[in-house]
Amino acid sequence: MATGQSIVNDFSIRVATANGTGSQSSNNLLFKSLFRMGIGVCAKNLFPSNIQGLPTWFQIRVSPQGYQDLREHDDIAVCMNPETAKEDIAAMRPGTTIFYNSSVIKVTDDQLKPGMSVYALPVEELSKGITEAKLRHLLKNLFYVGALSHVYGIEIEVMKSVIQDTFKNKQSAIDANIAALQIGIDYAKNNYKKTDNYQFQRANNNQGKIIIEGNTASGLGAIYGGCTVVAWYPITPSSSLAESMETYLKKLRVDKDGKAKYAVIQAEDELAAIGMVLGAGWAGARSMTSTAGPGISLMHEFLGLAYYAEIPAVLFNVQRVGPSTGLPTRTQQCDITSCALASHGDTKHILLFPSSPKECFEMGAEAFNLAERMQTPIFVMTDLDLGMNSWVDDELEYNPMKYDRGKVLSADDLNKVKDWGRYLDVDGDGICYRTLPGTNHMKGAYFTRGSGHDEYARYTESPVVYSRNMDRLLKKWHSSKKYLPKPVVKGDTKAKVGILAYGTSDHAVVETMDRLKGTPLKYMRIRAYPFTQEVEEFIKSCDVVYMVEQNRDGQLQQLLETDIPGYQSKLRSIRYYGGFPLSADIVERELTKQMGK
Amino acid sequence: MNAETNCNRIGLGKNDYSGKPSTLCKGCGHDSITAAIIQAYYELGVPPHQVAKFSGIGCSSKTPTYFIDRGHGFNSVHGRMPSVATGATIANKKLTIIGVSGDGDTASIGMGQFCHIVRRNVDMVYIVENNGTYGLTKGQFSATADVGSVLKKGQVNPYPVIDCCAVGIELGATFVARSFSGDRKQVISLIKAAYAHKGIAILDIISPCVTFNNNEGSTKSYTFVKEHDIPLHELGFIQSQEEISVEMKEGERREIELHDGSRLMLRKLDREYDPTNKIAAMAAISEARDKQELITGLLYFNNKGTDLNSLLNTVDVPLWSLGEKDLDPGAEVLKKINTSLR
Repeated sequence: MATGQSIVNDFSIRVATANGTGSQSSNNLLFKSLFRMGIGVCAKNLFPSNIQGLPTWFQIRVSPQGYQDLREHDDIAVCMNPETAKEDIAAMRPGTTIFYNSSVIKVTDDQLKPGMSVYALPVEELSKGITEAKLRHLLKNLFYVGALSHVYGIEIEVMKSVIQDTFKNKQSAIDANIAALQIGIDYAKNNYKKTDNYQFQRANNNQGKIIIEGNTASGLGAIYGGCTVVAWYPITPSSSLAESMETYLKKLRVDKDGKAKYAVIQAEDELAAIGMVLGAGWAGARSMTSTAGPGISLMHEFLGLAYYAEIPAVLFNVQRVGPSTGLPTRTQQCDITSCALASHGDTKHILLFPSSPKECFEMGAEAFNLAERMQTPIFVMTDLDLGMNSWVDDELEYNPMKYDRGKVLSADDLNKVKDWGRYLDVDGDGICYRTLPGTNHMKGAYFTRGSGHDEYARYTESPVVYSRNMDRLLKKWHSSKKYLPKPVVKGDTKAKVGILAYGTSDHAVVETMDRLKGTPLKYMRIRAYPFTQEVEEFIKSCDVVYMVEQNRDGQLQQLLETDIPGYQSKLRSIRYYGGFPLSADIVERELTKQMGK
Repeated sequence: MNAETNCNRIGLGKNDYSGKPSTLCKGCGHDSITAAIIQAYYELGVPPHQVAKFSGIGCSSKTPTYFIDRGHGFNSVHGRMPSVATGATIANKKLTIIGVSGDGDTASIGMGQFCHIVRRNVDMVYIVENNGTYGLTKGQFSATADVGSVLKKGQVNPYPVIDCCAVGIELGATFVARSFSGDRKQVISLIKAAYAHKGIAILDIISPCVTFNNNEGSTKSYTFVKEHDIPLHELGFIQSQEEISVEMKEGERREIELHDGSRLMLRKLDREYDPTNKIAAMAAISEARDKQELITGLLYFNNKGTDLNSLLNTVDVPLWSLGEKDLDPGAEVLKKINTSLR
């Protein structure tokens, strides 16, 4: 038996496999079973841009707080991939545990560190016990799940329920999976002596929680937000947003005659995708696209048109590592400036920064109100970590939404107004009134163009009129602030040391704050751009502000220094851009180092 | 049409289809096409407020401001008019879509979008005002210039031509025609038939650039086009429910029935031509190119296509007009979704 205190529900496992081998479903089985046991659990898939054969890792982390950020170092390594086994083992610290596929991997004493526990699993030999020869290469991944469940205590009945729900009514698949799982359990039972202290234990962390990917939540948000037109082009890591959305649309948006109350078009490229979105938005439909950085780059010209001609649109940008192709399956917050200032010419856009699936859902819906209210593109800035990983989050909450269609004049409205010009700032907020094509009125039509135009949408090259229009567009952008989600502040409000972060960095920052309980710290999570008044007040109230970002150049900090000048001397940077989800281990280390602790 | 009042069947005069004054060069072929669009839509009695006009960038793309002011217009970005028009028709299937593009806008920068709007069979009139040159940037070759064609400054085009009609037919377009801006009668008949056709109707109209490509040696000059224009047939358009008033003797005419019940009458001229035969159409285009002939008329037609909105099977009302009642799946559904995610 192991000696020492049990470590219950507070450790992490890293499973190393090759992609395309079916390990994903085994890892999900582990993850979901722990969730159903009520344990605070987090899953991070660290995968390659490849279909089959390249190394892939999956981290399952359990914690009493249910933290959703990555851990830098793991307690248990499950080494199934001979290609990476050497490095995987070398990365482990003294006192940790290693499971390995002893059929294909040799572990020698010199690889081990003091206090390590080692469990061998002869996967290939055991796979002879799988009767369905064709499924052998997939099902053998269940051996490590069975072995782990035996050693650390995952309830078999819970695992069976997950398998049953996964395969629904396919009884033969259910039986085959359970049999393979049992092979792993039996092997562990008959051959292992537990030598480490890790233990799972049923808990009560997951009341009112669900498991959801950010992309699914974004798509559902768009559906609840009244989106009717989706035009998109496949690109990692955003494809699953449009795809899962279409799956839900087929169920939720078909009338009794089988007619669709939506349209989804897979475009020929991102240029066409945004072109369709703008055509639809111009014609009055709530329209959107989902994409990633390379797609945004391609859309820049159209985004300038949308800004200048004032056309509503919603873009979900699931950010991945750039520049260029970059690391397509790794995460970053690297498109902030590219989106905030998208296009040639002077442009300023509106961005939203969800940090959780629940917020993807809420902001995904609200973005459509904002787009029509402001008559401009709205960028929902998620990232690969948020979009593609499965998160444990609060369940989605229904808030009956009143669609704000913005300032649109019908034929009746036109009868009541004396003078209408598409770009006349009647209300003084920079937001003008538009009509929709098809409006049956003598003065209902106007001409939309990306070239210079006056208040009545007529072509002009007048320097005065051009400048006046550009100034109004800036005013409109400022006007958006009152409709944007406010920042969220946590920690010691009297503290003089502040942290600013946004998006998925939130999880690592929150955990860091917990770890540094004794240090007076406050934290503001920015949820939208342009910055609202609260951001300046927060910075003003601090002596030092640490900006946490997942990019090299401090892209939001650049915007901050431009838009709220005068505070540069207070700003410090904590930047991580390696491509894995941000870890509290990194934020804590950087913060304490810079604070001189 | 009421001859006495000069009003069309919905009681509108020709003025109701006019636009802003053209700022193109005097004598530009594009202006003739604009006039033909106005005439055709006026005679057809298309409700002008239902017209949505689209264009990309270039001389041709300026023209939607010159016709049907009472319709909404959208001058988009270079080569991307098709995607914008596609989005608009999805959002509001009641709109009557007309797109005007040029040879640079369609066959060079916009080749991809052109191909894909054809594949999707968006219900629209797609006019290529084709002069084989970039006018707005002062006379560079475009991809529709013929091999050996000579520009004003003497450059000779060494590259093979991209034929928008051949590309369209190859990609499954169901209405493909070629015309010459100088043949007003033919252009008007083709625009009317294109309007009546359900699905994409491509009109490649050779429209000489008087400023940059009207010189000797150019195969897109007025003189050259006039001399080499070989109409495949004489055309007469009869709107649905209208009496046949076209002067064509029975036996020598062929009828094409269009989606809305209108008919296009084709009177045989010098040669036999069957516009419903795809292979023959491709062969005729290819032979004409070899002989430096410009065959004009309805090159290809079939009425079996399904347009994009029908494929999408969207509700009858415009998607934009749907509100919370139609679109919000409600609290119960969300509860079920939550349950499925545990």
